[in-house]
Amino acid sequence: MPTDVEQWKSEAYGLEVRDHLFEFAQEGYDSIPDDERDAWFERFKWWGLYHQRNGQEGYFMMRIGTPNGVLEPGQLRVIGEIADEYARGPGTNPIFGDAYADFTTRQSIQLHWIELSDVPAVFEKLAANGLSTQQACGDSWRNIVGNPVAGKDGQEVIDAWPVIRELNETFKGNDDHTNLPRKWKVSVTGSADGSGQGDINDLAFEPAYKRVETGGDGDEDTVGFNVRVGGGLARNEPRLARDIDVWVPPEKVSDVAGGLSALFRDYGDREDRYNARVKFLVDEWGAEAVRETLQEEYVDFELETAGRDVREEYTYNAGEGERNDLIGVHEQKDGTNFVGLNVLVGRMGAADVLELADLAEEYGSGEVRLSQRQNVILTDVPDAALDDLLDEPLLDHYSPDPSPFMRGSVACTGTEFCSLSIVETKNRQVRFARWLKGNVDLPSGVDEFHIHLSGCTASCAQPQIADVSLRGMKTRKDGDPVEALDVGLGGGLGDDPQFARWVTQRVPVDEVPGAIANLIESFAAEREDGESFRAFVARHDDDELDALVDPEETDYDDPMMHNTKRTWYPYAENDGIDEGPPVPADD
Amino acid sequence: MTTRLRVLDDGAWLSINDTREVRVSELWRLESSDFCDCDLVDLVVENFQTIGVDGSTVETRVHGQCIACGAAGTTGWLPVGRIRDGEFAEFDRSSVRRSRTGIHRR
Ligand code: HEM
Ligand code: SF4
Repeated sequence: MPTDVEQWKSEAYGLEVRDHLFEFAQEGYDSIPDDERDAWFERFKWWGLYHQRNGQEGYFMMRIGTPNGVLEPGQLRVIGEIADEYARGPGTNPIFGDAYADFTTRQSIQLHWIELSDVPAVFEKLAANGLSTQQACGDSWRNIVGNPVAGKDGQEVIDAWPVIRELNETFKGNDDHTNLPRKWKVSVTGSADGSGQGDINDLAFEPAYKRVETGGDGDEDTVGFNVRVGGGLARNEPRLARDIDVWVPPEKVSDVAGGLSALFRDYGDREDRYNARVKFLVDEWGAEAVRETLQEEYVDFELETAGRDVREEYTYNAGEGERNDLIGVHEQKDGTNFVGLNVLVGRMGAADVLELADLAEEYGSGEVRLSQRQNVILTDVPDAALDDLLDEPLLDHYSPDPSPFMRGSVACTGTEFCSLSIVETKNRQVRFARWLKGNVDLPSGVDEFHIHLSGCTASCAQPQIADVSLRGMKTRKDGDPVEALDVGLGGGLGDDPQFARWVTQRVPVDEVPGAIANLIESFAAEREDGESFRAFVARHDDDELDALVDPEETDYDDPMMHNTKRTWYPYAENDGIDEGPPVPADD
Repeated sequence: MTTRLRVLDDGAWLSINDTREVRVSELWRLESSDFCDCDLVDLVVENFQTIGVDGSTVETRVHGQCIACGAAGTTGWLPVGRIRDGEFAEFDRSSVRRSRTGIHRR
């Protein structure tokens, strides 16, 4: 029997949903018939709207997909203005205030507290400025990710930006690829640093050289992409994308990507959403059969075998080496610079967003880019403007040279807005980072330490690829239920990617900073000369590591120990689930 | 009268007659279960897998973890509430649930 979601999608999905959405917005939230609400909420996802959790009835999260995290000059200002005008809800966040934008781990932007009646106005403003929410959620081509500084990066092997743009134009709104069995996450990377994080996407294109016949005077090394399929982190079933032994030149990426997307469309599991991601199809078939089927049924040219990759140079999120992230000042190809700024847990108040847009215009080209570590990058800053930019007061907050605990922090949405969540996340990670910064020193020579906090196993904060992985759980402390975190260690990407090992379960949240402090103390005492944390973890077994984690209460105080999901909003004064706001009026 | 039963948002909700009624992240207590060896399972509800009805009792299978022993997996059918005169009433969350077998229809 087809699932409800498949049934709803077969009735209406994709581009046509927009008209219905606008009609409902016009006529009011209550005009959505009760018995169609579940179906329409599911369809709205295709247009980037996700209904917030219970207690927040009638409010939506809105995701804006920015391919490769590229915001053209002027677009960040538009985001700031929209956040300021429309992302104000009945709840005030004690750290971030009333209106803010979230930069996400897939180089997108999320706004909260959006009312249905405002959607047409927001869409209109986005469209007028070349932005869109289309396919930001839902079962189809999601925002395409990559090295955010594609086209500018001094270390680039090939400029992936034109390829990403072509894919985006070809497959967004393309009827043949509108309705897939599940989300379809694509990464295209042209740099040798691994910052596109292809390994954890459904489909990855990674830079590689191939000797191909040029006719005439023989062979030549050509730069193109190797193809991997079936990565993903969700639901305790993390997978690395599998090498299907295919190399494509840039001009054929679209054919291969379309072929694989069609293969997923036709063969993916539509009976069971938990088994639908392409990673499970690759598990079942094996990489070889994926290649064969692609060749036989979905492309009309002979596929090349894989080329020589540059994976041994990957450093992004790799736990050691230069460029674990893109923070700081880096040289561009054209002699100017890009400046990566740390946005703690990816959240920025609307006023700060607007100020950042000013700085981008004043010191650079106005363009801003978003990384998969929830940070922002100002591009095209000439040498002569660097000092003045670095002196700007805004950069005290969004630093190009932050504490390792600040720059290493990634956190998902959590109980503040998300239905699936088990624990509070973003504010908690801010509190953790501040406490660690004030109380813990890393051993000399260690200047990066990544801590990723996800509120549940969906793994939106990509916990499995951090030095310390934190994942929402519950436990009892003195008999009372409290929010807790599972602790994983030693994950990272790079040439030889590994997922964290979950060594310690259910640590009450107030004991987590103490646990990390104790762990780092043991690491400092026992590490071999120059050893990275990831290497240190790799040479210990799970029991040894569990012993090193050693949870402990400290002067860290966690105000959100209780079941924050039982509130309408964790930070409200009267937070009871029944004290939430009414569905917003259609004004 | 038919009852519309659904799992929504990738397992975050049980929707009953078009209302999001039962949510994840709660702790449920289970008695005498195959889930783990504990006498009283202290289950974190992480994901709803499926929903059904046995007579007037709405039941679900849950992916979760016992926080007493750490065992993780999917439960058998567990009762979550009852439908009376077309209205759903959730069982008290602190009540102890017992896994039942029976005929399930959606
Ligand atoms: C209301 C908030 C959110 C909800 C309800 C949500 C839902 C989900 C779900 C259900 C999954 C599991 C996917 C699967 O099983 O195939 C997932 C995974 C993921 N989501 Fe989210 N998400 C939210 C916010 C975010 C944010 C802020 C981002 C950043 C763009 C994000 C990025 C990801 C990533 C990177 C993964 C894991 C990797 C993977 O399996 O592909 N999510 N999310
Ligand atoms: S990881 Fe879980 S809690 Fe966090 S945003 Fe994703 S679905 Fe929500």
